[in-house]
Amino acid sequence: MEEMVIKRKTPGKFAKNFHKYKYRYVLLLPGLIWLLIFKYIPYSGLLMAFENFSPASGIFGSQWVGFENFQYLFKTPDFLNMIRNTLVISGLNIVFYFPLPIILSIMISEVRHVKYKRIVQSIVYLPHFLSWVVVYALTFFLLSVDVGLLNKLFVAMGMEKVSFLTQGSSFYIIITLQSIWRETGWGTILFLAAISGIDSSLYEAADVDGANRMRKIWHITLPGIKMTIVTMLILRLGRIADVSMEQVLLIQNPMISSVSEVFSTYAYNYGVVRGLTSIGTAVDMFKSVINLLFVFLAQMVTKWLGSDGIF
Amino acid sequence: MSVKKFQVFDIVIYIVLFIICCFIVLPFLYILSISFTSPEVYTAYSLDFIPKEFSLSAYKYLMNSSTFLIALKNSFVITLIGTFLALFVTFSFAYGLCKKDLPGRKIFNILVIITLLFNAGIIPNYMLIKDLNLMNNKWSVILVMISSAWDIIVVRSFLENLPVEMEEAAMVDGYNDIQIFFKIVLPLSLPCLASFLLIFGVQYWNVYFNSMLYLADPGEWTLQVLVKSMIVDSSSDAAGFAGDERFIPQETIRYASVILSVFPILLVYPFLQKYFVSGLMVGAVKG
Repeated sequence: MEEMVIKRKTPGKFAKNFHKYKYRYVLLLPGLIWLLIFKYIPYSGLLMAFENFSPASGIFGSQWVGFENFQYLFKTPDFLNMIRNTLVISGLNIVFYFPLPIILSIMISEVRHVKYKRIVQSIVYLPHFLSWVVVYALTFFLLSVDVGLLNKLFVAMGMEKVSFLTQGSSFYIIITLQSIWRETGWGTILFLAAISGIDSSLYEAADVDGANRMRKIWHITLPGIKMTIVTMLILRLGRIADVSMEQVLLIQNPMISSVSEVFSTYAYNYGVVRGLTSIGTAVDMFKSVINLLFVFLAQMVTKWLGSDGIF
Repeated sequence: MSVKKFQVFDIVIYIVLFIICCFIVLPFLYILSISFTSPEVYTAYSLDFIPKEFSLSAYKYLMNSSTFLIALKNSFVITLIGTFLALFVTFSFAYGLCKKDLPGRKIFNILVIITLLFNAGIIPNYMLIKDLNLMNNKWSVILVMISSAWDIIVVRSFLENLPVEMEEAAMVDGYNDIQIFFKIVLPLSLPCLASFLLIFGVQYWNVYFNSMLYLADPGEWTLQVLVKSMIVDSSSDAAGFAGDERFIPQETIRYASVILSVFPILLVYPFLQKYFVSGLMVGAVKG
């Protein structure tokens, strides 16, 4: 009975609210138009992944080939390379980068002088606001053969120069160090917020018990931000197929292409530079699908753990 | 005894934090020092944190290079127009979505979240810009990056938590939603506006891939693309230097170009960084 009443009421209310909020729709309009043109029209471009796309025939006129592009992709040796590179880059990031913001935020929260704390925070946040081009420039000035600081030191000490930027063995390390340098400080924001949310009476009680600072960190601070750590880790695992494209593209060169090619750089190098439009679309779409699966997986795990989830 | 132990703990933390800060600051001091070194005394294999002989010649060179000035202008134009438009579109859209009983709200929210979950990818976007005839047009980069699902969601949750009393009072005075948005909501959202001013400003200033992809014509190059090409290309053709360039080691110019590309960010950073600490930014970081 109740449901029926509500159902009958809704149209009237809908129309009334529609009229009441007419100016809200005017404000929504620019964003909505932008969303439809720049986010939704590109979805139709995904058809190219199932076509033998030719610019002359367009997206809706090109020859349909089904999953041929994907089959081609799965067979190329590049594909296994891309999977390996993505997993290695993400894996190194999770193992070596992920714990650092947690450690740094605990150290910052232990600083007693407000002024020192502010200065440290201002400095460590800064690299996040520098472009990947600048980060690459710094890397180049440190490691290149011609102008690199390290090679200058090697020469001064009478050693051989090392071409770090063109040898495959150093690529993963460089990428990881770049991420650590740029994002560690910025990554502390969330953990600092969590630490400031811990009930201060817990620390006072520990003082009464005579606990030292290390014990307080171990028994109060860390358990207090445990949920934040777990949520961030799951979110990070959900983005495992995502590698920062600008970062990799900048450092990529023909000498190290086999260790540096990831899905999005392949999409650019083959789809745009070499004009293999359909293959490029397919590889990027494959990445997006994997991403989507991982995000849903992460969402399920966070829900299961009892937190609000991601959205 | 225990007091002394605490002091050791403090000293260790202070020193470690100091070293971390050095890792961030020293690279810049080194680059700054080389960029100000006189080309006459510059030698390729020296390690100086203070210029041996101070000189502005690298900067003078860049400021006299038309290629560099055009790239600088392009970056400024894209950043100014882009940031302004991004703020307007994101905030007005988020404000429109705030009202819980807005008919169609659910559909709009789903439209936003789908874009968060699934990205069409590089090629479909590239094709769109081509079809819109925006290649080598600054609007391509401006429009492509105007907003994102995360920006909209963060701004919306901020606007939803604003006190409603003033809005309601304005409504009684006969203001419509558009007037309320400009005269009441935006002034109330100043901290949020400031944060996103920085976020959007930095995003447009720093964009590399999109501008490389859509603005391939050297006359449309942005600063990031130019700096990258100056650093990678061993010849300075990219910057279009002519004439007596052989007197200036190209290195000092390269270092100076990096300093100049970072300078605008360093300029606005101190004024806006205080907002990061507020809880608002926590949502933004998740993205």
